[in-house]
Amino acid sequence: MTGLNDKKLELALEINDLTVSYKDKPVLWDIDLEIPQGALVGIVGPNGAGKTTLIKSILGLLKPVAGSAKILGLEIDQGIKKIAYVPQRGSVDWDFPATVFDVVQMGTYGKLGWLRRPGSKEKKLTKDALEKVGMLELAHRQISQLSGGQQQRVFLARALVQHAEIYLMDEPFQGVDSTTEQSIVELLRELRNQGATALVVHHDLQTVKDYFDWVVLLNVRKIAAGPVSEVFTETNLKLAFGSRVSLGE
Amino acid sequence: MFESLSVPGLGSVVAGTALLGFLCGTLGTFAVLRKQSLMGDAISHACLPGLILAFLLFNSKESWALMLGAAISGTIAAMAILGISRFSRVKEDSALAITLSVFFGFGLMLLTWVQRRPDAAQAGLARFLFGQAATLLDRDVWLLAAIAIPCLITVFIFWKHFQLVCFDRSFAQSLGFPVFFIDVLLSLLLVMVIVAGLETVGVVLMSALLVAPAVAARQWTNKLEIMAILAGIFGAFSGIAGAVLSNIGKTSIPTGPVIVLFITLIVFLSILFAPARGIVWLQFKHWRDSKVLQLDSVLSNLLNLAREHSGKQNGHSMAMLKGISSNPSGVPRSVHKLLEMGLVSEVDKGLYIPTSKGAEYLNEKTSHMGAPLK
Repeated sequence: MTGLNDKKLELALEINDLTVSYKDKPVLWDIDLEIPQGALVGIVGPNGAGKTTLIKSILGLLKPVAGSAKILGLEIDQGIKKIAYVPQRGSVDWDFPATVFDVVQMGTYGKLGWLRRPGSKEKKLTKDALEKVGMLELAHRQISQLSGGQQQRVFLARALVQHAEIYLMDEPFQGVDSTTEQSIVELLRELRNQGATALVVHHDLQTVKDYFDWVVLLNVRKIAAGPVSEVFTETNLKLAFGSRVSLGE
Repeated sequence: MFESLSVPGLGSVVAGTALLGFLCGTLGTFAVLRKQSLMGDAISHACLPGLILAFLLFNSKESWALMLGAAISGTIAAMAILGISRFSRVKEDSALAITLSVFFGFGLMLLTWVQRRPDAAQAGLARFLFGQAATLLDRDVWLLAAIAIPCLITVFIFWKHFQLVCFDRSFAQSLGFPVFFIDVLLSLLLVMVIVAGLETVGVVLMSALLVAPAVAARQWTNKLEIMAILAGIFGAFSGIAGAVLSNIGKTSIPTGPVIVLFITLIVFLSILFAPARGIVWLQFKHWRDSKVLQLDSVLSNLLNLAREHSGKQNGHSMAMLKGISSNPSGVPRSVHKLLEMGLVSEVDKGLYIPTSKGAEYLNEKTSHMGAPLK
């Protein structure tokens, strides 16, 4: 029975019976989810469907009422080291005294341990990540002077610095122009081609088919999860969003 | 004034308040960035009941005993605030207000009661309300140093943790940082600093020395390291000023209010005049930018006119430019400046035409814009 073990190792994420509630109101209800490695996964659902909650639960930022998540077969506190997290851009105060470089360098702190300070290796990693998102020229700019798209690139670079196996991104396309959106998609594909897995909270139903291999349709319950071609159907969308949504095809 | 400088013990008073000011400024930086400016206020007010209970319990006015009492009630208050906002639906600002008023009210009640007692032992306890640096003894300064130095070392060690938790808590947690531990550590440091400052600044105004230096320092820099050090320097400076001034002529003005007066002056100047963030600086920049924009718009008008009337080399008049400008009165000054810069030339008396350099200048300025509507 080695097959069972092999299968478990192949999974990037395995979520069992996950229920999360805010006070007495369930935000996620009994979610079972298995995400294979190397997939670009879109997490889609209406407002209040629990998309951000799902990501935060995987990271252990929220305590679930029931259920568990495993990351590459590891418990959350171990597995979290394999994950890079891109929070929503609006979740921080951009008037914080820091430059673009400072913020991206924060991504290296996880592997530094308690006492060590970032050295030349970390600076090199930071510069490489800035280069990848096209922000190297703005490395010394104060973060309060960035546009929305630039802020998003900074957060992305901070995650890239971690060279993680799994990326969890909360609405990386929110409020960015189409040029930035395209370059983020390029980066996602590059990460996937290097074997990484990415879960991306996404709002634009029109682009799901172009951007993702896999999709998770969520509305408190898991409506469907699987390869886009199989589960991203009109029927499933209606189940997730109600009857007024269509693919417009 | 020089007389007062030779008062025995003033050296240690100055050293003590400078050290205290530096510590307050540095730690206050994190409190301000975490939007916890009022946390310090609540904790310092909450120190009063502990302080007086310690006096009653040990029947002593020894600094260490009073500080211990203050530290215990300050810590209880800090934990109460963290606990209330974490485990109940009460928001943090309300938790702060409740804790502050309950603890301080209880403290004032105890103080009034103690002061009515016939024995003279309680005399001087009231100085903890507004602070009296003049009463600092050498050993108090040593005690201060014994608190300040470990606190500063802790800040140095946990620098990246504090930075990250202040900027982005959930990201810090996603890196596996023990965020709750760091919260508690920062709150405990705050309690330590406040306790250290009680005798000098007093419970009522202590928070000013925590918050104000950081607010002022933020105006002058965009770097966290520099902000923390600058806040420390502002704090130290006000501490010294407060100690010296409240000692002059033995008037025994409470030190707290004098320190607050000084640090307020620094905040006021910083908010007005700091480059890039100061109000005056921003106004000046706005004024300068509007001049440049007017210059560009006059040049752009001239170029458009020249394009529309191509073939003619006779230029256009000031009156014409005024007619199409949104700010006619500024046109002559802009034209003069353009002439000076060689972006425009005068072809005939009172008739102006853009030079090729002018066209280039404008091209460069507008290169990032979308194409104009035709």
